[in-house]
Amino acid sequence: MGASPEQETALPPADPSAGEKVWSRRGPWRRVLQGLLGSPTAMISAALLVLIVIATLLAPVYAKHVAGTDPFRSGLSAKIKIDGKPVPVMQQSTEGLGLGVTPIGPTWGPQYMLGADGQGRDVAARLLYGGQNSLLIAGASTVLCLLIAAIVGIAAGYLGGAVDGVLSNLIDMIWAFPVYLLAISLSIVMIGKSYAFGPFEISSGSLIVPILIIGLVYVPYVARPIRGRVLALNQSEFVMAARGLGIRPGRILWRHILPNVSTTLIVFAPMLMALNIVTESSLSFLSVGVQPPNASWGTILQDGQTLLYSRPMVSLAPGLAIMVTVLLLNLFGDVLRDVLDPKSARGR
Amino acid sequence: MSEIRSIRARLKGRFLGGVAALAIGAAFPAMAQDDAHYGGTMKLLGVSSEGTLDPHINYTARYWPLFIYTHDGLMAFKKVGGPESADVVPDLAEAMPEVTNDGKTYTFKLRQGIKFSNGKDLTVDDVVASFQRIFKVSSPTSGSFYSGIVGADKCLAEAETCTLEGGVIGDAATNTITINLVAPDAEFLFKLAVPHAVIMPADTVMKDAGNQPIPGTGTYMFESYDPNASLIMVRNPHFKEWSKDAQPKGYPDRIEYTFGGTEEAAVNAILNGQADWMYEPVPSDRLAELSVSNPDQLRVSPLVAWWYAPLNVNIPPFDSLQARQAMNYAVDRDALVSVFGGPALASPVCTILPPDMPGHADRCDYTADPGEFWSAPDMEKAHALVEESGTKGQKVTVVADDTSTGRAVGTYLQTVLTELGYDATVQSISGDIQFTYIQNTNNNVQISVTQWYQDYPAASNFLNVLFGCDSFTPGSDSSVNMSGICDKGLDDRMKAAMALAGTDPEAALTEWGNIDYDMMKLAPAIPLFTPKDVDLISTRMGNYEFSSQFHWLVGNSWVQ
Repeated sequence: MGASPEQETALPPADPSAGEKVWSRRGPWRRVLQGLLGSPTAMISAALLVLIVIATLLAPVYAKHVAGTDPFRSGLSAKIKIDGKPVPVMQQSTEGLGLGVTPIGPTWGPQYMLGADGQGRDVAARLLYGGQNSLLIAGASTVLCLLIAAIVGIAAGYLGGAVDGVLSNLIDMIWAFPVYLLAISLSIVMIGKSYAFGPFEISSGSLIVPILIIGLVYVPYVARPIRGRVLALNQSEFVMAARGLGIRPGRILWRHILPNVSTTLIVFAPMLMALNIVTESSLSFLSVGVQPPNASWGTILQDGQTLLYSRPMVSLAPGLAIMVTVLLLNLFGDVLRDVLDPKSARGR
Repeated sequence: MSEIRSIRARLKGRFLGGVAALAIGAAFPAMAQDDAHYGGTMKLLGVSSEGTLDPHINYTARYWPLFIYTHDGLMAFKKVGGPESADVVPDLAEAMPEVTNDGKTYTFKLRQGIKFSNGKDLTVDDVVASFQRIFKVSSPTSGSFYSGIVGADKCLAEAETCTLEGGVIGDAATNTITINLVAPDAEFLFKLAVPHAVIMPADTVMKDAGNQPIPGTGTYMFESYDPNASLIMVRNPHFKEWSKDAQPKGYPDRIEYTFGGTEEAAVNAILNGQADWMYEPVPSDRLAELSVSNPDQLRVSPLVAWWYAPLNVNIPPFDSLQARQAMNYAVDRDALVSVFGGPALASPVCTILPPDMPGHADRCDYTADPGEFWSAPDMEKAHALVEESGTKGQKVTVVADDTSTGRAVGTYLQTVLTELGYDATVQSISGDIQFTYIQNTNNNVQISVTQWYQDYPAASNFLNVLFGCDSFTPGSDSSVNMSGICDKGLDDRMKAAMALAGTDPEAALTEWGNIDYDMMKLAPAIPLFTPKDVDLISTRMGNYEFSSQFHWLVGNSWVQ
């Protein structure tokens, strides 16, 4: 996370009584929407992100009807036709000492468009399937992280006292561990095992495990700024006024605290998702994330590690996919932050 | 006549003198040239270390080629390249043993004046204690190689109080060691020549020494060992060459084995002159490039070995014979050959005994066209067998090591299992623990990927060691019968074949071929392929020699 997220996302109190006439006239959400629609960066990045999501969702269609291959089955003995001639997917070297077998490179046609990996599988089809899992894990862990962080941050900030003490120390304890060290350690312990919770069972290799791990490790980075925000809101005039009027704490929380905190959470969402994509890819690259036969961009990167010299496309393709997706999420997140935090945007 | 004879004799004498002078003249520069090769540091690379440094326990192809230069047994395999490397020669024994009592008693005369690397003299007590230690530390081959020594049965039952009474007898007065066997064993000298039978000081700790080096008598000694970083070997200051065949003076002064990194990084290091050799096979994707750009740095040698997938016959789903046979029918050996680098580097196998092993017979049932050789998978039959077994849908985890080839083979097997209807996953674990992990029954490994290289040129070294009842020790990390199979009928036949080898070697070889075939009917493993060894060496390395027993002979090569 680098710099303090609290500084990065410090939002002005979206206090209806604070004087921003625009807020009161048009409502914050409409203003956000208009801000996003008015930004070419946000529109282009959002459109491209939607395209990526649609492309990954169409993975089964691509694999079956375009590539005509099962990307989860080894194709070590497979052959394809190029210019009407059968060509082996795994190509035996015929030069020099005649040692080594190299997977077929990019054909730029429907079959093996980006070439094959070390198991003779279609890289393009795996890239789309892998994207499904990478985006699913990153998205689900982002939601999970924001949910836990919101509950923890609001409870600590609003209730204060012993609850704040316990939760804050817990957050600090988790924060004390470097994110990747914690994620890798948890993964090593949890991956490859089955878990049963009453009637529910999480099988070994389930995507739920990396979702839980990635969702958990970033909680302190979101919960702490949320707590700070709630502490500040607690002392704001409109909340004190509401208390003075005898409004119930639950209603204050629902009507005044939560709407203000939600903007912080929304700003966090795209950036956190970008981080989660990178984290998932890192864990999978290290064999402690998504487990075979499932694929993710990280596992494809790992597959390509042993083909860097002969077939760099196997690594380049998922690398580019990760880079582009993360870049788009960050660009969109930047605009979103500017829209939700005009003061911050002006200051930059 | 006499004068003529005298002139002839003088001429002959002058001629011989001239030849001798030429020979000496030629020899001195050669010796001087040879001396110039002594020295320098040999740099080896490995992705990971591989467990304990205790020669009585470690059973890996990574460390055995090192142990033969740090420790000696009574006998040794000749340290030369080529076919002669399978010959057994006297090492700490002065000469070949005297064999009496119908092949059941071996008497060795111990060499004198040999010191361990800690400065202590080698005595018969060290020999006796070392044989006891094999059992006290539960050496992986104590039950298979050395169970024929008198008293071994008691030692196997109660290791801590092992004395091998009546089995190994030392006589300090005559400096002899007598070993009595319960039955003749034609392979016994082979078994004495492997690192599990090396001689250590009598006061060596009677448990796994772990990372602590144990003094030996070899040309080198271990200076330090950190499994996460490096293994350093330096010259043994007390070593004096007594037999060039058994224990030659090594050329490099120092051998540094560095662990970590990847195979790709190791290849680059060797090409850049930063290292001299790597343990792991050259990655498949680099072979094509290297075989064109650096053919002079590649050495391809035949191996008597196999890659195989042990199937645990004691837990589901492979406690079902049909499930095991189904996997044997389904695996495409040609596909796995391409994983290893293609037909130039590997050949499909269908039997337990590799093609170059005495006793091997070309027979293959688990193929689309049963006959002598494997031809193609028979998926139809495999599917039918899985249905018949009732194991379809069960969860199966393939345990492979984390080398690129190990992972690739594991991933391939996982796809085959998935295709057969199993819920399959692959677990890739570090090579330094995978081999022992898959041996321990407590880990409930169902199917794994591993390799076996001959310890010595005898069929029993594959069949009896890998599938014999004596090699199966539940709950132990030293249980090389990873399938856990114990078929009493076949076990008795293996013991009989070993005994037969002493009297009728040809008949014994035929019987080993039959045992191999009958064992494969039970399908305790999937034979995958027999590999060739490919070594990538630095440009500065000279005198590369390949032993059929211990592969590249590190001490026989020079770096200057």
